[in-house]
Amino acid sequence: MATIVEEENDWEHANHTNWRGLGLADPIKKVEDKWLLLPAFLKIKGLVKQHIDSFNYFVDVDIKNIVRANNKVTSDVDPRFWLKYTDIHVGFPDRTDLDAIDKSITPHECRLRDITYSAPILVTIQYTRGKNVVRRPNVNIGRLPIMLRSNKCVLTGRNEAQLARMTECPLDPGGYFVVKGTEKVILVQEQLSKNRIIVETDTVKGIVQASCTSSTHGGLKSKTYVATKKGKIYLRHNCIHEDVPIVIALKALGIQSDKEILLLTAGNTEAYKIAFSANLEEAAKLGVFTRHQALEWIGSRVKVNRKVVGPRRPAWEEALEALATIILAHVPVICLDFRSKAIFVATMTRRVLMAMDDEKMDDDRDYVGNKRLELAGQLLALLFEDLFKTFNANLKSAIDKVLKKPSRTNEFDAFNTMQFQGDHITAGFVRAISTGNWSLKRFKMERAGVTHVLSRLSFISALGMMTRISSQFEKTRKVSGPRALQPSQWGMLCPSDTPEGEACGLVKNLALMTHITTDVEEGPIIRLALMLGVEATGTEIYGPHTFVVNVNGTIIGLTRYPMRFVTNFRRLRRAGRFSEFVGIYVNHHHHAVHIASDGGRICRPMIIVENGRPRVTGEHIAQLKQGAASFDDFLRNGLVEYLDVNEENDSYIALYESDIVATTTHLEIEPFTILGAVAGLIPYPHHNQSPRNTYQCAMGKQAIGAIGYNQLNRIDTLLYLSVYPQQPMVKTKTIELIGYDRLPAGQNATVAVMSYSGYDIEDALIQNKASLDRGYGRCQVLRKNATLIRKYPNGTFDRLADAPLDENGQTQKKYDIVQLDGLAGVGERVDPGDVYVNKQTPTNANDNTFSGQAAAVPYKNAPMSYKSPVAGYIDKVMVSDTENDQTLIKVLIRQTRRPELGDKFSSRHGQKGVCGLIVNQEDMPFNDQGINPDTIMNPHGFPSRMTVGKMIELLAGKAGVLSGKLQYGTAFGGSKVEDMSRILIEHGFNYAGKDMLTSGITGEALEAYVYFGPIYYQKLKHMVMDKMHARARGPRATLTRQPTEGRSREGGLRLGEMERDCLIGYGATQLLLERLMISSDKFEVNACQECGLMGYNGWCTYCKSSKKMAKLTIPYAAKLLFQELMAMNVVPRLILDDA
Amino acid sequence: MPPAITYDSRKHVGVHAERVSHVSSTNFPGHHPHEDHSWDLERFKKGLTVKIERLSNRSIEFDLVGVDASIANAYRRILIAEVPTICVERVYVWDNTSVVVDEVFAQRIGLVPLNVDPALMDMKQTQNDQATDRNTLVFRLQVACERRKNAPKDTTDPSKLYINHEVLSSHLKWVPQGEQEIVMAENPPAPTNLNIVLTKLRPGQEVDMELHAVKGVGKDHAKFCPVATASYRLLPLVILNPEKPVPRELAEKFQECFSPGVIRVDPRTKAVSVDSKKTRKETMSREVYRHPEFEGCVQLARVRDHFLFNIESEGFYPPQRLLPEAIAVMRAKIATIKRAAETLLNNGDSLGDVEMADV
Repeated sequence: MATIVEEENDWEHANHTNWRGLGLADPIKKVEDKWLLLPAFLKIKGLVKQHIDSFNYFVDVDIKNIVRANNKVTSDVDPRFWLKYTDIHVGFPDRTDLDAIDKSITPHECRLRDITYSAPILVTIQYTRGKNVVRRPNVNIGRLPIMLRSNKCVLTGRNEAQLARMTECPLDPGGYFVVKGTEKVILVQEQLSKNRIIVETDTVKGIVQASCTSSTHGGLKSKTYVATKKGKIYLRHNCIHEDVPIVIALKALGIQSDKEILLLTAGNTEAYKIAFSANLEEAAKLGVFTRHQALEWIGSRVKVNRKVVGPRRPAWEEALEALATIILAHVPVICLDFRSKAIFVATMTRRVLMAMDDEKMDDDRDYVGNKRLELAGQLLALLFEDLFKTFNANLKSAIDKVLKKPSRTNEFDAFNTMQFQGDHITAGFVRAISTGNWSLKRFKMERAGVTHVLSRLSFISALGMMTRISSQFEKTRKVSGPRALQPSQWGMLCPSDTPEGEACGLVKNLALMTHITTDVEEGPIIRLALMLGVEATGTEIYGPHTFVVNVNGTIIGLTRYPMRFVTNFRRLRRAGRFSEFVGIYVNHHHHAVHIASDGGRICRPMIIVENGRPRVTGEHIAQLKQGAASFDDFLRNGLVEYLDVNEENDSYIALYESDIVATTTHLEIEPFTILGAVAGLIPYPHHNQSPRNTYQCAMGKQAIGAIGYNQLNRIDTLLYLSVYPQQPMVKTKTIELIGYDRLPAGQNATVAVMSYSGYDIEDALIQNKASLDRGYGRCQVLRKNATLIRKYPNGTFDRLADAPLDENGQTQKKYDIVQLDGLAGVGERVDPGDVYVNKQTPTNANDNTFSGQAAAVPYKNAPMSYKSPVAGYIDKVMVSDTENDQTLIKVLIRQTRRPELGDKFSSRHGQKGVCGLIVNQEDMPFNDQGINPDTIMNPHGFPSRMTVGKMIELLAGKAGVLSGKLQYGTAFGGSKVEDMSRILIEHGFNYAGKDMLTSGITGEALEAYVYFGPIYYQKLKHMVMDKMHARARGPRATLTRQPTEGRSREGGLRLGEMERDCLIGYGATQLLLERLMISSDKFEVNACQECGLMGYNGWCTYCKSSKKMAKLTIPYAAKLLFQELMAMNVVPRLILDDA
Repeated sequence: MPPAITYDSRKHVGVHAERVSHVSSTNFPGHHPHEDHSWDLERFKKGLTVKIERLSNRSIEFDLVGVDASIANAYRRILIAEVPTICVERVYVWDNTSVVVDEVFAQRIGLVPLNVDPALMDMKQTQNDQATDRNTLVFRLQVACERRKNAPKDTTDPSKLYINHEVLSSHLKWVPQGEQEIVMAENPPAPTNLNIVLTKLRPGQEVDMELHAVKGVGKDHAKFCPVATASYRLLPLVILNPEKPVPRELAEKFQECFSPGVIRVDPRTKAVSVDSKKTRKETMSREVYRHPEFEGCVQLARVRDHFLFNIESEGFYPPQRLLPEAIAVMRAKIATIKRAAETLLNNGDSLGDVEMADV
C-alpha cells in the first residue's frame, strides 16, 4: 500500500507542472458534440446551398458584370446616337396579369396554374434623345425564372407559418425553378478545371502532352496543347494548321534568346536541358531565329476565318492576333506584352519535360481537385449573355431602321423601340430551362439535357436530385477511371450514392457538408499576394529554393519562403480579410504555390487545429447550443475554415480528437458527413457490404411516403403518398438534419426472420393480413389529368357540357358523375370508362377562316374518360387560367391501394423483395407476448448480402421499442450493440434478439429461436396493379396487322426468337404455326402458280388469267414484305408446291 | 415442492441455448412401447384444469392444463378469426372536407370496436343481402368544426380555439331501425372506446356520413376480431442441477439471469432455489446460458400441456366470455362435422348433403 501512496504523490507532483491550467495527468478535454456544427452549417446554408449560392451570385454579381461588358448600343446610321446600360437588377417575382391588383405570387400558384415563377429584369438606361441625354430607371427587358429559396424568391427568410400560408413546405430545399408549372432542376455538371495545365502521358504511344482549356469571361473556350512528337515538343491549337515547334512559339511570344528559352523551360536541370536541346536545334533548322521570323512562320499557318473583307494583313500580324486573343486566351495580354503568356507556355513545356523525365509527374484527370462543378448560375449567366447580346443586336437593328427613315414626325425615343423588342429574353430563358437545350451558337455551346424535371416521387428523391452531379463523360465508353471511387472524393462526394448500370460512377452526389465555391475576384488576391512578399518573375524561375506562385493557374511571381507565405496567407484568410473560399496550397512536386479563387471548387469546413489543440472548444459549442453563436461566427473567429480538395490534400487532418498529433492541422467536424443526404438514411451503414448501401440509395428514392407538407395541395402528374407513414425506430443524425423524420417514407414493421410456407423464396416477403387490414403498407396514388379549354383563331372555342341523355331521357352510365358544369364532382367514384370532363370541341377548330357566329358551330365530343382498370375517386378539380388566357382544367384522381401479392418492399439495406404471400393472422407465428410479425423475411437473404446493419437495426429497434426511445444508427457511431443487448436483457428478452415463437398453424413451439423485432420497411412505387397485363384478343397495328406492343396499347405478349427456337427444337410445328401466324396476322392471298406473283380475287394481273391462281395463307407481314420489295424493284416470286 | 407432473420430463419442451427440443407431444398410442396412451375420457377429465389467474375489465389470464397444443391453438385461432363481432362495413359519405380522404376515413371507422352483442344480430349471408334491421345497424356521423367565439387570443391549443377540432368515435350516433329500438334498448350501440380520434378538423371542415355496421368474423377482416390479442405460452420451468450447485459467490448474478422473483437466494447460505409459484413469470430470456460459469447448473424447459393464456378483449365481449364464445363456435363446427360424418355413415338415407361452413 505504501508504494502506491508514494506513486500517487509522484503523480501529484507531476500534476503540479501546469500547462495552460492543466496537469500532466488530466485527461485532454474533448470537444463534446462538435457535430452540432453540422446543423449550424446546414441552418446557414441549407441542403442545396450550392444551387442557391450560385444563383444568387449570378443575380447579384455576374449579371452586372455581363451588362458592364456589353453596355453600349450605338447606331451605324446616326453616329451621335448611343444607348448605355448603367445598371441592372432583378426584381422580385410578380404576377404578369395586367389587370391584377395583388401583384404578389407564390411558387405554388405557378405550379398549379402552369405558369413560370419569374421576376422582371430591370435596367437603367441612358441614351440620347435628340440633343439631350435621357436617363430612365427600371426599364423591363425581360423576365428571369427565379430559383426557389434564392435571394429573389418570396419564400426566403419566411417562417413555417408564413410558408404554410403560401402552401409551401418548410422542408422543401428549394434550388429549382418553376417553369410552365413544372419544377425544373439544373443539375450540377462536372468538368475538368479551366485555365489549368493538365499533363497526361500515354505510355503506349510514348506521348506526353500538357493541355489547358482557356475560358475567359467572354465565354470563349479553346484548348491549347503542348505535346511531344518524336521526342520533340510542339504547341498545338485548333487555329493553327500545323504543330508549332515550341521554340518557334516561344520566340513568337517574344523570348528570342535561346538561353532564356532554355532557362524558362528546362531551368538548370541537366536532364531537362538535354531533353529540350533537340527543340532548339529544330528551330534553327527551320531557319527561325528572330521573333519576326517566328511570327511569319506561324502566321502562314493560321486559319483565317474573316467575314469582313478588308485588305489582307501580313502573316505576322495574323500570328500576333492569334497569339494574343485565341491561344491561351485566359492569360491577359495587355498592350501586346506577351511576357506572361510566354511564361505560361514555358511552364507547360517544363511540365512536359518533367513528365518525359519521370512518368509520375503527370496529372490525374480524375482527381477531384482537377474538377470544377458548373452550376445553375454559370449556365444562366452564359444564357443571359447570349440573350442579352442578341437583344442588343435586335435593338440596334430596330433603332437603325427607324433612324434610317429620312423624315420622322416626332423625335426618336429609343425607349419606345425598346418596349417593342418582344419577349426575346423571357422566351429564351423559359425555352432553355423547360427543354434543357443550352444551344448558344455564340459560345459554341450545344448541350442537351441540362435540366431535369424534379422527381417528386418522395421527399428523398427530390432531395437526392438536388445534390446530384452529372459528368460530361460519355456513358457508353467502357473505361473504369472516371467511374472509380477517387480517394480525393473523401468527404466531398458520397461514396455510396451512385446509380447502378451505365451511369455508375459518372453520376455522383454531394456529401452532406460540402459547399461549391462561386467566383471571387482575383485582382485583390494578387495584390495581397504581392504584398505578402511574392517577387516578380525574372528569367530564372526554377531555382532550387524558389517556388512559383500561381493565382488560378497563372503565374504571378516567385517566393523563396513558400511555407511562410502560405501560413501568412492562411492567417489573413482566417482573420476574414478576404473570402473564406479562396484556397491555397503548396505543390512540392512542381515547386509551386497555388492560390485558387475560381468558382466550382468543392470544399468543406473543418476545425482548425493549432499546437495540437482544436481551436473549437467546449465553450464554443456551448455558445452554439445556446444560439449565441452561429456557424458564420465560427468562420469569422478563425475556428473553422473551408478547405477545397487541393488544400485538403496539403493538410494533415485528424478524424477524431484522439488522433491529433503535433503536426495535425485540422480536425474533422463529424465522420458521418462523408455520406450524402440519401445514404445518410441508412442505419449502421458502416456494418453493411458497400454495394448494399448503393442499392438502398437507389431504392430510397422509390419509396412511397410523405413528399412535403403541401402534398395534399399539389396537383402533380403522379403522386404516391403513404397513408400512415412512420418515422423510423432507428434514426440517424442525418435523418433529423434533413427532416426525414418529419417526411418519412416507410413503416416500422415487426419482422420475423424465418422461413414460412415456401412462398418466401428469392427474397419474397410474407405479409400478415391483419396488418394490411389495419393499414400497413397502404398507399394512395394520385394522377393528374389536365386539359385546356381553348379559344381558336377562327373565333370558336371549346366548351364543357352536361351529361347527354340517351333515348329514354336517362343519363348514360358512363356520364353519371358529370355534373351540370361538365365536370365530375369531387369525391365521386370513377369507374373504368367513366367520363370526368365532358369537353366538346368545335368541328372546324383548325379551320382558320373567321366564321363570325361562334355559337352556331357544330361541336363534337372530346370527353376525358378514365382509363385505369381499377376504380378511383375524384380528389380535386381545378379550373384556372394559364398565362395566355386559356382555361386550364386539372382533375386529380385518387386510388387507395392496400398491398397485394407482388408489390415491392424494401428495408433500408438494399434488401428488396416482393410480397409472396398474405397470411391470416391466426396462421402467423407468435411470441410469448402474443405479438405476430407484420412481415416474415427469409433468412437466406442474409448470408450472401452481408447486411449486418439490418440485423443491428432490428436489435436497436427492438431495444428502442422496449425502452420507449428512438435509437440511433448513425454511420460510424450510433447506439452500440452491447447497450442494445443490455436493454433487451433488462426487459427479459434474449440478448441476441431471438425469441421463442409458437407456430400459429400447429400451436407447437418452433424448434428454433427466431430473430424477431422491428425493421423499417419501405413500400416501393413498383406495384403489381400498374404492371399486370394480359390479353386474349385486342388491337392490332395498322401497318403489319400484328398485335400491338406494350401494356399501354393493350399489346400482345411476344413469342420471340428464342421461344420460337424452343418450339422448333421440340418439333411443335402446329403450335408454331398457330402462334406465329394464325393467332397473329393470318392473311389469305391469291398467288399465281405461273408467275409467282400475288393477285386478287382469283385473278393474276400479271398473267391476265385466272387459270393457275391458288389461295394460300401467309402472315400479313410477309405479304407486306413482298409488296415493299416490289416497290424497290425486287421481284419476289412464290413458287408453290403441294405439300 | 411442485407437483410431480411438472417434473414429468416427457412433458417438457427443452429450451436450450440455440434450439428448442421435443416440441410435439408423445402421449399417443404406439409411441412409447408397452404403454397405453389410448384416449380416455376419465383420465382427460382428471388432467384438465382451467384456472383464472388474473381478470380485469379488458383482459384475462388463465391456465389451460392437460390439453394438446392443437386444442389450445384451436381456441386461440377461433378467438382471432371466427368469433363474430359487429363492425362498420359500409360508409355512405355525404360530405367529407377533412384532410383524411373518404377511403381512409372509412377504413378508420371500420376499425372502431362497437359494444353490440353479436347474438342480437344475424350475419349477412352474401355481400349483396338486403340490409334489414336484423343484420344492419345504422350510425350517423355528423360533425362540423367551427371557431370558438371568445377564445383566448394568445393560445394555439386547438381545443380552446375551435369547436369539434377532432372527430372522435364518440361522435358516432346510433340511428335505430325497425325493432332495434326495443331489442337494443338496454345497451344502445356505441363504440366501446369513445376517445378514438378519427380525423382532425379545422374551421370550415365538415364530416357527414352514414355508417352501416354488420356482423362479421376476423378472418374476413381484422376489424371483426374480438380480441386485441389472444395467445398463450407454455409454463416455464427452471430445473436446477443438484449435481452441480450454483457457486455461492455467483448466486446474485445467477438470480439476475432470470425474471425477478423466479430465483430465490438464501440470504445466509447463498443457496439458490427456484420459487415454483413464480416460475410463470420467467420470460425465458436464456440469459443464464450466456454465462459459461453456469454451464450445467440449470436446465430450462417448458411444460408442453400447460398453456398460460392471455386474452385481451377489444369490443363487446367481457374478457371472461371470450373463451366460452370460442368453445361455442368450436362446438358448432364439431356438430357440423358430426352431422356430415353421420350422413356419410348412413349414406343410403336421403338426408342429402350437409352444408359445411367454410372452414
